[in-house]
Amino acid sequence: MRAAGSLALSWLRVSAIVLRYLYLLRGSWPRIVELAYWPTVQMVLWGLVTKFFATHSDWVAQAAGVLIAAVLLWDVLFRSQLGVSVVFMEEMYARNLGHLFASPLRPRELVAALLLVSVLRTMIGVLPAALLAIPLYRYSIFDMGLPLLAYFTVLLMFGWAIGLVICAALLRYGLGVESLAWASIFALAPVSGIYYPVATLPEWLQPVAWALPSSHVFEGMRAVLIEGRFDPGLLAGGVGLTLGYLGLSAAVFLRTFNVARERGLLLQSGE
Amino acid sequence: MTDPAIVVTGLRKHYGRITAVDGVDFTIDRGATCALLGANGAGKTTTVAMLLGLVTPTAGRISIFGEDLLADRYRVLPRMNFSSPYVDLPQSLTVRENLTVYARLYGIRAAGDRLRRLGADLDIDGLLDRKYRSLSAGQKTRVTLAKALLNEPELVLLDEPTASLDPDNADRVRSYLRAYQQRSGATLLMTSHNMTEIERVCTQVIIMRAGRIVDRGTPAELVTRYGLATMEEVFLDIARNGGDAMRECG
Repeated sequence: MRAAGSLALSWLRVSAIVLRYLYLLRGSWPRIVELAYWPTVQMVLWGLVTKFFATHSDWVAQAAGVLIAAVLLWDVLFRSQLGVSVVFMEEMYARNLGHLFASPLRPRELVAALLLVSVLRTMIGVLPAALLAIPLYRYSIFDMGLPLLAYFTVLLMFGWAIGLVICAALLRYGLGVESLAWASIFALAPVSGIYYPVATLPEWLQPVAWALPSSHVFEGMRAVLIEGRFDPGLLAGGVGLTLGYLGLSAAVFLRTFNVARERGLLLQSGE
Repeated sequence: MTDPAIVVTGLRKHYGRITAVDGVDFTIDRGATCALLGANGAGKTTTVAMLLGLVTPTAGRISIFGEDLLADRYRVLPRMNFSSPYVDLPQSLTVRENLTVYARLYGIRAAGDRLRRLGADLDIDGLLDRKYRSLSAGQKTRVTLAKALLNEPELVLLDEPTASLDPDNADRVRSYLRAYQQRSGATLLMTSHNMTEIERVCTQVIIMRAGRIVDRGTPAELVTRYGLATMEEVFLDIARNGGDAMRECG
């Protein structure tokens, strides 16, 4: 039986790449601090905005935590995307792709490892901010219950999808496009309805918003926090779109990997 | 008679209009130490990259240990390894961490003993807990060599294995590679610009120019065929004059 023809993964090889990243984190405390720094700063900022609006806006007063929950969930998407693309960039900075892919490591095993590391980075980044919001603003995002787990998962996976497309761009065009890793996701922010309903957007832009899983999640989150109801239709839309995008982005990454082998790009992974 | 280690047939690589490798055929016997020589841009690196599965050929066939590399490189890659001064390891990790990661990638679960032995053999045991970035060029060369031997490969591809090493360390590495080969029966394919090294170590030489193989043989055969005194002179004659000395001899 030909192993390459199957979709089997070697968890020993996947764990090797995860271990490589754990070593990197262990040896560099600034990397760990950086992971938690921005989500915490964002949470503190939006917590203060919430406190102000709670007395000046009927809408925010209905559910005091809606902006804090929004910023924390947005960071799940942002961090999970960075968790994939920045870790891939580390291999490119290290000019290590040649060694990696001359070993028995399969591209899909690298992808699996990137996704696992992304979960880890997202938890390190967002969990301290979520916990800190409890004493600072007497708001616990965990009160959302099971829907939170569902929204977290959808955003995490959508972040993976974006991250894999960025990895494909890095592989194809080199580190010259690294700014994409940081900037591209912000293009989705205005149309994701993070802090306001999708209905606020101009009518022509609303179909774009509904094509994004993130819009379904943030609308669903507001339904839970403001109206006290869970909307399974919004969640189903988010899950379906995310799975579609994830499948597509994995295919794009693996196809780009083959292009990189055809063009000899695995040995030219520097700037 | 055993199968050859490597059989390459009609190998070509084009990058757009540029032809890097232009119809190369060669066979390397198991247990041989073969040098792939040529001036910069001759096509050596691309050939080695294709043998490692890092670059897809435009045409041709590569068989390693009887397996078709292009159809299923993952059956062959665990039996091979390589080192190159031009492909780095992660700088922020220690030598031990780097080698532990690669041991796992090659399926070695208990890497401790292997690391200790290689550390002693290649004189890197004092470097194991240092960050890779803090090493000198020569130390890095020895570490990447340790990485190349981690899985006790049957085929080792070595890109300038003694580059950056002082004569003492270069000699130690050559002796170690010879001992490793005698112990394991491994096949070594190396590129080098050190012709003295080639004469001392290699049993077979393939010379490339402009993407093609222009000559091959043992170092002694080549020196005799060109009517020159050393491999260095043979190399220079081919690189500068396309092998005029042989034509005059012949």
